[in-house]
Amino acid sequence: MKRLRAIDMKRCIGCYSCVLACARLVHKSFSWDKAGIQISSSGGLSTGFEATFCLACDPPPCAQVCPTQALSPRKGGGIRLNSKNCIGCQKCVQACLIGAIRFDPDQKKPIFCIHCGQCTQFCPHQCIVLTENQTKKDQPNESI
Amino acid sequence: MNPFKILHINLTKQKSRIEYVSPDLAILGGSSLAAYLYQEYGLLSEPANHPDQPLIFCLGPLNGLFPMLSKVVLGFKSPYHQQYAETHAGGRLSLAMRFAGLTALVLTGKLSDLGVVEIAHNEINFYSTPFLKGLDVYSTGKIVRKISKLPSGKRSILRIGLAGENEVPISCINVDTYRHFGRLGAGAVMGSKNLKAIVIGGEANFDLESLVDLKKYTQLYRELYQVITQTKAVHKYHDLGTAQNIIPLNELKVLPWNNLQKTSNSKIRGISGEYFAQKLLLRKVACSGCPVGCIHIGVLREKFGQEHEYLYRQVSYDYELIFALGSMLGINRATYVLRLIEVVEKVGLDAMSAGVILAYVTEGLAKKIFTLKQTLVNLEFGRPGPYEEAIFYLAHPPNEFWNTVNKGLRYAIKRLGGEDFACLLGQEMAGYATGENYFVSQALGFRHSHLDTGAYSFDQKSKQNDLDKALDFLRTEENYRVVFTSCVGCLFARKAYSWEVIRDTLAVVGLDFSLQELKQAGAKIAGLRWQLKLKTGFDPAMVKIPKRFLEVETFKGKINPTYLKQLQQSYAKYIQELAASV
Repeated sequence: MKRLRAIDMKRCIGCYSCVLACARLVHKSFSWDKAGIQISSSGGLSTGFEATFCLACDPPPCAQVCPTQALSPRKGGGIRLNSKNCIGCQKCVQACLIGAIRFDPDQKKPIFCIHCGQCTQFCPHQCIVLTENQTKKDQPNESI
Repeated sequence: MNPFKILHINLTKQKSRIEYVSPDLAILGGSSLAAYLYQEYGLLSEPANHPDQPLIFCLGPLNGLFPMLSKVVLGFKSPYHQQYAETHAGGRLSLAMRFAGLTALVLTGKLSDLGVVEIAHNEINFYSTPFLKGLDVYSTGKIVRKISKLPSGKRSILRIGLAGENEVPISCINVDTYRHFGRLGAGAVMGSKNLKAIVIGGEANFDLESLVDLKKYTQLYRELYQVITQTKAVHKYHDLGTAQNIIPLNELKVLPWNNLQKTSNSKIRGISGEYFAQKLLLRKVACSGCPVGCIHIGVLREKFGQEHEYLYRQVSYDYELIFALGSMLGINRATYVLRLIEVVEKVGLDAMSAGVILAYVTEGLAKKIFTLKQTLVNLEFGRPGPYEEAIFYLAHPPNEFWNTVNKGLRYAIKRLGGEDFACLLGQEMAGYATGENYFVSQALGFRHSHLDTGAYSFDQKSKQNDLDKALDFLRTEENYRVVFTSCVGCLFARKAYSWEVIRDTLAVVGLDFSLQELKQAGAKIAGLRWQLKLKTGFDPAMVKIPKRFLEVETFKGKINPTYLKQLQQSYAKYIQELAASV
């Protein structure tokens, strides 16, 4: 299974094209919130940018706390959502220690990276890539 | 398309209201929306610092929806010339306003104490911040980030420095550290409202399936993204940036040096775009919603102690800054230019105006029109140290002399003289001594900006003076640009957004206009802007182009004063007719 990786966020120019692409192509939304990848600057633009998205935990703690099993582990790490079973409790949001799961207040469902790679096509500097899932030793996330 | 949501905030009462305006050809957004709102809410006969004068921040229908549609237009009455004015900025502001759920923000009134207003899609907060008084732009940004409740990455922070607080008519509004509402003194208007900073952002979102034809939209977005990132259309803005023009314009003898006493200098390499990139470029950043990354940030490493004590600063640079705080001041070392840029940034001045005014003071001092008693520092072309001090004097004048020159050359020459060598084209010149067409374009242009029409390129391309062709160029460019800045696009994107592309992008959001209708709209929008400018005191027939510009010798030879006068008269007539036509 493939997964999203941030291979070099030091190249990031903060254009938000990845965020807008995820919102546009995955969530059919014009938004910088309804996206499985989030870009932020810590302490102003002079410090560079960070990307926050699902790190494809295996096993995923967010799925473990889901009371209805709406979230289930994805093969190779990460999660899948069965919307019909989600009751909007947000336990998954709390369980993700890096804040990679957002909550859609309109749909009352979690939003997270599904590792589809749509965003990577809109990164002008190839900071993020979709790669085959290998061990973290072989191919670490450079930064998130 | 949904109606535009406009948030009005009265700072005096700390109350707000929401207005909805439907977009159409006359109120397309951006430049046109700002003019429409100023017409509705501006005080034409009151001074720029009247508390009830509005600051009008406007998006257009396409902001964030397409790449490089990432600018915000600010309409206001300028304290520089007391006329209706526009200034544009990028940064994160465009997306932040969009996701605050707004198309426009209108600020009127005055806070009782120095303060900050924070605007999100679901809240408005006022903070009393007298402790920010006198703080520089960078420090203000750091503290406001701590005050703000909005999350990092989803907010834009606008702030003023000492110059804005002191209502200096050449002060700017800093946007997200590296961008600016630079020209014509919007910072002073913020200062007059006791408004040190504005934080805006939020998490509003829009269902694309109800907003656009999703299939057409995603396809068009992809095509434009490819044009922008994979072709030469805008490549130069990312590569060396606008600084790449330094050497070519110097070779053409059109780069102003030493207050435009010269137009080229053999010692150019030290401030060339290539030198900046190879020696000092730290990284590039982008405005949100634009994949280009045209913001070039240089690193300035400085020793500050006896031993091995170093610090570093990050300073953004581009062509105009290198001109204004480099060649115009006779400075030919890049690190010196970055030092001056940083001081200008911190106090919150418009860099172009600051540099050109200092060049005027320097020449006036050399000509003994001004005295050291007035200037307090001995300014000489090529010496950066005294300029650092002088920049601070512009922001915080220690005497009547600096309190005069910091109002701009237009004001200064009436009181201090030196009209012949003042590089004044409506406001302080931009860095193009390219010839008659540019001089007339900036002197008479709506924003007195090199971006009004880009006539510097026409000067370079046209082999001989041709009045009809020049007028046609000015008309055509203004017409296109005013439509594009109504959308609101970045003018660096103009090669990616032809008339046809603008038409197609508007159609995707439900604004179906023919090319002819769009061009007619351009004339109407330009006409409305001119009408407001004329009503607030501008007389294009009375504009004087100082003698210094007639002394310039470029690659085309000497300036032709007869042609210049003819073009000025014809363009003035066109402006008056356009203003009368709406």
